[in-house]
Amino acid sequence: MPKDIHHPKTEQNNQTVQQSTLSPWKKLRKWVDGDPMGPVEIPEPGCVAAEDLQRKPVSELHKLKRFRKLYIVASIVFCCLLIGLLLYTVSDLPAFGVPDAPTNNEVSQKYIEDGLTDTGAANIIAGMILDYRAFDTLGESTVLFIAVSAVIILLRKDPDALDPEEEGRLRREEMLAKSHPNIILRTVAAILVPFILLFGAYVVLNGHISPGGGFSGGAIMGAALILYASAYGFKKMDTFFTFKTFTGITSSALLVYACSKAYSFFTGANHLESYIPKGIPGAILSGGLILPLNICVGMIVACTMYGFYSLFSRGDI
Amino acid sequence: MDHMMPFVYNFPAFSILMTLMAGMVTPFVRNHGKVAQKINFAVIVVVGAMNAVLLGTLLSHDGGTSYTYMMGHFPAPWGNELRAGPLEALMATLFCLVMALSILGGLTDIYNDVRPRKLYLYFLMQNLLLSSLLALIYTNDLFTAYVFIEINTIAACAIVMIKDSGETIVATIRYLIMSLLGSGLFLFGVCILYNMTGELLFSSIQEVLVPLFKTGQYAIPLTVVMGLMILGVAIKSAVYPFHSWLPGAHGSSTTSSSAILSGLVLKGYLILLIKMVYRMFTPEMLSTLHVNDVILIFGIAGMMIGSLKALKERHIKRMIAYSSVAQIGYVFMGIGLGSDIGILAACYHILAHAFTKPMLFCAAGNLVNHAGHNYQIKALKGTALKSPLAGIAFTVGSLSMIGIPLFAGFIPKLFFSTGAIESDWFRLTVVLIALAISTVLNALYYIPVCINIWTPKQRKGEHAHGAHDAHEDAHGHGAEADDDDEEELALHEEPHEKPRTSVSFVVSMVLLIACNFALGICYQPLTDILSAGISLLG
Repeated sequence: MPKDIHHPKTEQNNQTVQQSTLSPWKKLRKWVDGDPMGPVEIPEPGCVAAEDLQRKPVSELHKLKRFRKLYIVASIVFCCLLIGLLLYTVSDLPAFGVPDAPTNNEVSQKYIEDGLTDTGAANIIAGMILDYRAFDTLGESTVLFIAVSAVIILLRKDPDALDPEEEGRLRREEMLAKSHPNIILRTVAAILVPFILLFGAYVVLNGHISPGGGFSGGAIMGAALILYASAYGFKKMDTFFTFKTFTGITSSALLVYACSKAYSFFTGANHLESYIPKGIPGAILSGGLILPLNICVGMIVACTMYGFYSLFSRGDI
Repeated sequence: MDHMMPFVYNFPAFSILMTLMAGMVTPFVRNHGKVAQKINFAVIVVVGAMNAVLLGTLLSHDGGTSYTYMMGHFPAPWGNELRAGPLEALMATLFCLVMALSILGGLTDIYNDVRPRKLYLYFLMQNLLLSSLLALIYTNDLFTAYVFIEINTIAACAIVMIKDSGETIVATIRYLIMSLLGSGLFLFGVCILYNMTGELLFSSIQEVLVPLFKTGQYAIPLTVVMGLMILGVAIKSAVYPFHSWLPGAHGSSTTSSSAILSGLVLKGYLILLIKMVYRMFTPEMLSTLHVNDVILIFGIAGMMIGSLKALKERHIKRMIAYSSVAQIGYVFMGIGLGSDIGILAACYHILAHAFTKPMLFCAAGNLVNHAGHNYQIKALKGTALKSPLAGIAFTVGSLSMIGIPLFAGFIPKLFFSTGAIESDWFRLTVVLIALAISTVLNALYYIPVCINIWTPKQRKGEHAHGAHDAHEDAHGHGAEADDDDEEELALHEEPHEKPRTSVSFVVSMVLLIACNFALGICYQPLTDILSAGISLLG
């Protein structure tokens, strides 16, 4: 019998009739075989069954709409409840900045009093995140690395499977940028980018003696890279910053961080003497590992920021 | 500590750092996916061996021992700290074993599902995932736990979405949103707790919390903190009713990812929860505030509804995924019992499930390949005959999940009932009834699939004939519709190339089956280690 005779509607009617008149044993057998009990056949991914196009949209949409309203109301109620609960909780907590608050205990006291002699860094924050609690910061840097890797999985174009439409759009944009160069942006970028980079480097390199550090300095340098890329286009960027340089810099910076900290974790835990000099607090070469670690973190942050921008705007670095 | 500590005690820190570094090295071999896979496998094996040695060393002391490890030159409340005891070492060792076997079991599927140029990223994520799991197991610091929860979240989402299809992207978005909600609630909890106590180290927090709890100061924030943190962990480990992300994420990803997500990722958070209950709060606090009862109710609800949803599911991987919701319900029920034996049962169930679910997922992946990549249970008819090893593994896994004696899943059920009997009459009745109903429900959806995969497929002619005989007059049309169905299946069934059963799959399945029987038969040594570990936790 040719297939087209099975109009979806009649077929379904047939099925329901069949289901209702089957003996219990047959029903059980059918169920063991994995037949759906009702008409809940899941279509294979990638194709839409003809009946879906014909009948389902109306009822499904209806259902969705009804539930959508319910969801909106429920989420607003839930958020209000959560906000109320948290505000109520916070009102019970010690007030901010009170001298006898539980947070003013021996932990923060030691950071403030002994931080300089313990770590050799004039900036207590740098000493805390890169020496006292360097393991957490290693984790945080890895979060950046893994986040950019996940975005690469999602967005980086695969030369084996290019989307022609997307390619066309990118090419048109490129041509447009070429024929109408944004002179204001380019001039400003040409003047500003070196200074921004310099300032970023300053913030990174002085992270242990003044406010700043790898995270903030890296963000400044990343902003410079993004400004340059948006003014001069990715073609120009490719001349000195490719995917290879990107992975090379992030991976090796992280590796240097992990290896140097592994050394200090090992010596610390085993009560061995560490051979890293602390230097004179306040000098540029001081703070033991903090300066190199700040440089590593700065490079990771700068590359990650630019990486996100580039991946989201053109699907490659 | 004046004397030098044994070198073995460095192994927890080494294993976390080694797995992290393996992830960082992987981009250098980005054009060679196979090399990345070998690095990943080697690291898992080495780390697993290191943790096994550590476990042996810890158990060589009478009754086991535990120690804290200073990460750096500054002692605990100022610097970071790890803690290792028999429980942690055992979990870390077995997690490495399960991860290695899961990757081996789905290796062919990984090469099929992941684009060759992105293969290295898959193994990068696996390295970092293992590292975050190890850190969650070993950490003694609340904030370190949070940092590695972040890594775990991203890595888990990434191994779902790396299989490039619309379905996985949708599943990943749901997973990411729910998972981030969980992290956010957990972070709220950490902030409020820090404000109350001024500490981040588990043991220091406990020191401050116990007197606070006695005096009744900050009673409301303390309750809210417990609620927020347990809720955050519950969302991430897919306890009912926060499970809506799980079937999509586990059901649509590549075989190894499903296996690892259900076998390990859900469990990392549960172990963190157990550590928090014992080392940060105290079991007494939970029972006084009736948090226990809430956990118990959520657990039992999960056991029931997860199974009911699995019963309705006709997509094999989604069915196994819903079954995870039910199994996580068991673990929560064990924690909710509030006794040491309840926690012991929960820990054993974590292990039993960690060894069973990956086996089910890998076996199902192989069966599905033999059915021409059709995930409908209907299409799997007779596939076990084509791939007997996968069939045996699936059957063993099913029986274990149901809780038949001699299989891994039986032991935790035994301990759950023991724990219930030692508890008050209310818990006794509720838990025993829940266990009975849930066992029947498990059987109801696993047994039909087992029968189905072992039933030889009727030949087309015979079937049509039989069908005509059965409903000759009234349902001629129906029978023919059936016939068309069969034809469609037959089309799917003959793939152009016959799926090969690789050596890695055989190794992984044989080892997983062996582990399953080992867990189900020689359970005494493991329960000894677990109870030693649990008594050292408190």
